[in-house]
Amino acid sequence: MDIIRNFPLFTIILSLFSGVLCLVLDAKAARRYTLGYEGVILCLCGAVFWYAVRTGRAVTYVCGEFPAPWGNELRFGVLEAMMACGFIAVLICCVVAGGRYILQDIDESKINLYYALINLLTAALMAIVWTNDVFTGYVFLEILTLTSCGILIVREIGRTTLAAVRYMILNLMGSGLFLLGLVLLYDVTGNLLMVPMQEEIAQLMAQPHTAMVVTMATGILTMGLAIKSGLFPFHYWMPDAYGWATPTSGAIMSSLVSKCYIFLLFKIYYRAIGIEVFARMPIRYLLLALGMCGIIFGSVSALRAENINHMAAFSSAAQIGYIYMGLGLGGESGYAAAMFHILAHAVTKSLIFLTTPRLAEASGNSLRFRALQGSALRDRGAGMFFTVGALSMIGIPVFAGFSSKLLVAMAAADTGKGALMLSVILVLAVSAVLNAQYFIRTLIRIFGDSEDTADKTAYFREDFILPMAALTGMNLALGLFSWLFTDLIRMGLGMFG
Amino acid sequence: MIGNLLANYEEAVAIILFGIGFTMVLFQRNLIRKLIGMNIMDTGVFLFLASMGYIRGRKAPIILDPSLPAESYINPVPAGLVLTGIVVSVSVTAIMLSLCVRLYRRYHTLEIDDIYRLSKHQMEDR
Amino acid sequence: MKEKFWRWLDGSREYLEDASDMDETPYREREEVKTQIRERNDSLDKRRGTRAVIRAEEKGFRLLYSWVAVISAIFLIGVLLYVVSYLPRYGQENPQTTLVARRYLEDGVRETGAINAVAGMILDYRAFDTLGESHVLFTALVCVMILLEKDRKNMRRGYEDYYRITGEGFYTPNRDGIMQAAGFVLLPSILLFGIYILLNGQNGPGGGFSGGTVLGSGLIIFTMAFGFDTVDRIASRRLLKGVTVVALGFYSFAKGYVFFTGANGLESHIPKGTPGAILSGGLILPLDIAVGLVVACTMFGFYSLFRRGSIGGKGKACSGKKAGTGAGTKAEGKDNA
Repeated sequence: MDIIRNFPLFTIILSLFSGVLCLVLDAKAARRYTLGYEGVILCLCGAVFWYAVRTGRAVTYVCGEFPAPWGNELRFGVLEAMMACGFIAVLICCVVAGGRYILQDIDESKINLYYALINLLTAALMAIVWTNDVFTGYVFLEILTLTSCGILIVREIGRTTLAAVRYMILNLMGSGLFLLGLVLLYDVTGNLLMVPMQEEIAQLMAQPHTAMVVTMATGILTMGLAIKSGLFPFHYWMPDAYGWATPTSGAIMSSLVSKCYIFLLFKIYYRAIGIEVFARMPIRYLLLALGMCGIIFGSVSALRAENINHMAAFSSAAQIGYIYMGLGLGGESGYAAAMFHILAHAVTKSLIFLTTPRLAEASGNSLRFRALQGSALRDRGAGMFFTVGALSMIGIPVFAGFSSKLLVAMAAADTGKGALMLSVILVLAVSAVLNAQYFIRTLIRIFGDSEDTADKTAYFREDFILPMAALTGMNLALGLFSWLFTDLIRMGLGMFG
Repeated sequence: MIGNLLANYEEAVAIILFGIGFTMVLFQRNLIRKLIGMNIMDTGVFLFLASMGYIRGRKAPIILDPSLPAESYINPVPAGLVLTGIVVSVSVTAIMLSLCVRLYRRYHTLEIDDIYRLSKHQMEDR
Repeated sequence: MKEKFWRWLDGSREYLEDASDMDETPYREREEVKTQIRERNDSLDKRRGTRAVIRAEEKGFRLLYSWVAVISAIFLIGVLLYVVSYLPRYGQENPQTTLVARRYLEDGVRETGAINAVAGMILDYRAFDTLGESHVLFTALVCVMILLEKDRKNMRRGYEDYYRITGEGFYTPNRDGIMQAAGFVLLPSILLFGIYILLNGQNGPGGGFSGGTVLGSGLIIFTMAFGFDTVDRIASRRLLKGVTVVALGFYSFAKGYVFFTGANGLESHIPKGTPGAILSGGLILPLDIAVGLVVACTMFGFYSLFRRGSIGGKGKACSGKKAGTGAGTKAEGKDNA
């Protein structure tokens, strides 16, 4: 059974090599190969998850023969394995369900390049989830940024090029700040691996000057990752990037890439800086405040959007706000809520981004609300799955969205500070109303009357229905068995420190 | 603070470069200028790293004479980090330049405001 | 020759005979687009209100914008300088915790077989980062290929940013006499220098990335002097792709093997060699060669993609006319698809 300890390394190496291999395959072979090997990766991650749950302790895996402060390390516990499984499962669903649009949107000679980028993106996701080294995090963060830019521009229309420029500019600023913060941390601690860095920082916090440097470095690093993941003032690139990309890319970017940045940030807080040290920093309250602003402003923008994908993208900005709010609330319940919301939102938002193009296709290829009147009647499969996603986003019980909102509210209650609790509950209430307003409006629109109710698309296509059913199943599982997942996350957080 | 800054003058210069680059990326309206700002930003970080690793009176970390103690060489870690940073910067620059080529071919301008104005009138539904 | 030189210096159009199919259309179109922008702005103005108000508003906005820019720059720099003033002193042991660097310097030669401590660090102690780093470059190559490679979509005339000039003649550098003579002298030394840097990464400054860049620049100069059709005979599309795939695949699996054996406490059976010799440093030399080849291919690929929109000769979609047929490959407007 000890071979399972090696699986995280295998997932990364295999993904990197698959990315390179797709350069010489042709379109069809690349697709088959990618799906096959992503399945293998899912099995490997599942095995790691099983191993971590069974043994109940985290494993540190030394890359090469040199241990902690000198060589690179990987590390896995329940939380990392759970994230990896969730990410890969959603990724496979996105790739399968968007397959038809990949063929439509991308020139045939470039489809293999698209799959190469998907595989490299998988490698980056895996490496960021497993890594125990801040600088490895930076390198694979850059791969994640470049690949996500690549899967965005692969649909060669003017809007995506423009969206990619905006996306890249903001992301590069984020990368620059992240690198600077990381270098400042290295300058005072002399370590790049997370555990030795944490030990150094614990000593440095005793003196006021060095404590100031550590706090500022953390702040710069946080700002970098906040820009990259699209926290409130930096979320304006989202609608163009998510809305115009090919559906698979939009779903992957909104549900996986931005979540992966947040997971890296959380990992750095928890393991490199030390969660007690972080809890005493004022950055926490800034994150909380920006998260709240993000929820309100994102929802208001979503309400004003004229295009269904733009609405979904702005609602992503609001959901990012929930995650940062969970991080800002602190305490085990706050972090657990944030981690749960990462998974819940990944499962839900990919469902929405993958169904909207089908609705648009049934209404003359237009994503505008005006054109979408009655589109769910023309394409019932897509309408059904969109409804599932929308209900989950609104926070109807049984679905994942409800549980995560409940967890955030409970985390706010756990802090024991009256004003904080009140404001969080208030924001949650306002956002619930706004969420309900724009999603129910959309539902009424797509199920509304229209002259044309003839079925336009053959909706029982297995390459659409199967992944969508899988995503719905995950959504329901997260909603119905939220206690189980919360227990697992808490167990993972226990191993995480 | 000023005395400390004068002692750390090289790092201070690197930080100023970083700040200039960052603001250029944020506020210039021409894509090529944004790109130049980005490169200045990266260069600032590399200069910061290089000055961090430098130790007065010591040699480059190429150990020709194994009998010398470790105290006779500078810190090799920042050099490795700079190498990685440079490769990333080159890759990003290449992608941004090719994006500029595409945008110019389509809109015949690199002023980002003009491009926004033009793209607003484009009807591309799905 | 002399006359040619002066014309080359002046950059007069006449000498660029091959480029004669660069007619005025792009410029005319650009003017058209500019008028379009102006007209659209005018109509927007009309809708919003009088022009003067808009002008004043815009002017005010610009002023505000530049002030905001300056103030935020000063604020950011101020904050960062405040941080820097509390950092350890410049020119001293810095970071003060030297546990990590000390081992790289003291035991590096014995443990990695490389005299160059930086090479030992990036390719042996912290090899995982470098594995990612070489794939960053590959990712960039793939992205640039997506953006700039000619395909059926962006060669179509109805498409908005299509390749206006499909003839290879335009993209082929004109065989410049001076360039050829210079290339004849420079190329052997550049290539030799590149190989020297590549092979001595473990013994001195150098290694895969720097050596590969020099080799790539050699290839680019060769192309500038002798044209793409000569280069395509040596470095075809298939060769470039094959070299990249094989080199990166070798890198991944070699490093994966070392990680695997190291983590499981197995013997890796890779000889370290005598420090200082060419064949030393265990896997560092082969890895450097692999990285160098990838970097050289990538650099040449970037140049080729920017210059003519394909990574190497015999691309599937770019079946324009062969280079060297001189002027008049005026394929503007021809639908290739």
